[in-house]
Amino acid sequence: MCQECGCATGSGEVLVFDPASLVKMRAPAIKSIDVLHGILSENDRVAAGNRALLRSHGILTVNLMSSPGSGKTSLLEATIEALGQRHRIGVIEGDLETQNDAMRIRAKGVPAIQITTGQTCHLDARMIGDALPSLDLGAIDILFIENVGNLVCPAGFDLGQDHNVILLSVTEGDDKPAKYPVMFRAADLVLLSKADLLPVLDDFSPVKAEAGVRALANAAPVMTVSARRRDSLAPWFAWLEEKLAAQRASRAAAE
Amino acid sequence: MHELAICQSLLRDVERAAAAHDAVAVKKVVVAIGPLSGVEGPLLVRAFEIARLATIARHATLTVEAMPVTIRCPACGGESEVPPNALTCPRCGAWAVTLSTGNELLLKRIEIETGSDAAAA
Repeated sequence: MCQECGCATGSGEVLVFDPASLVKMRAPAIKSIDVLHGILSENDRVAAGNRALLRSHGILTVNLMSSPGSGKTSLLEATIEALGQRHRIGVIEGDLETQNDAMRIRAKGVPAIQITTGQTCHLDARMIGDALPSLDLGAIDILFIENVGNLVCPAGFDLGQDHNVILLSVTEGDDKPAKYPVMFRAADLVLLSKADLLPVLDDFSPVKAEAGVRALANAAPVMTVSARRRDSLAPWFAWLEEKLAAQRASRAAAE
Repeated sequence: MHELAICQSLLRDVERAAAAHDAVAVKKVVVAIGPLSGVEGPLLVRAFEIARLATIARHATLTVEAMPVTIRCPACGGESEVPPNALTCPRCGAWAVTLSTGNELLLKRIEIETGSDAAAA
């Protein structure tokens, strides 16, 4: 027995004496616990809630992503002009600063919510969830979310969308899919934008850009479009109509 | 990407798991990260040193198991390790492969200290 405190040190155990509590403790046991849980689950949880809400209203939700200046807003303006009579469109805009893009959309007669993120370089599910109450969801068929211009971060944040559409303008270089594999793997559709400039660019190959998408094992369609040429947008409009019809069909089947 | 925000999400999961097992401390956190997850392992380790401070994992180390990018090719049946931006099957050239590993962002396990065997004084 220990002369100092009376503990049974002669037993061969290692005892840790904690003077603060005067409780004799053995060296604590270490246990290994398997968790096997995806990280970022909080965002995923909120995104799932957004998705359920949007689908309950029969809304087709499209997340538009690209570098800054690839033509997302111009594409939306042209899409509203062409489809706005046939389908009720709503837009959520994401930018670090300014209301500029939402104002352009509203000038086309379509409701637009502007999220200004300050320094945050992507939209996340919570921001979308906070914005949805400001829209009359019962009066929207297609919701476009124009993400912050950024080819890196937005890819990692589920917002509750149905599809990701990524713009790659012909002035950006046809090797961007290889440089940004996470983003381009997330694409359900790739739009090579500003195609009206192709005649003056001798170093952008739509074929090579598409090959870059395939090299990411992504079967997403790759379309060459110009927001300034209505006829070039026909495949984009057809894709939207097809996705909207598919969503309505699956909703009807579920009822 | 946003390794500090990801650490905060990670630590919430760690705290939940620790609480479910009556942990008094977390000693080790093991995560698996693939190159196509968008998250950088070394940055996560650096962010973890700060993010852990006010949590039950304040003395924990973060171990990152770096996953390879491997694909399975339906055309030839082959499994191959490939670069993150060139997933085409190296055996037969088919591009329509499936990703077997490489986009993980997974909390695998934690090592905890359970409540001490306290003997009354």
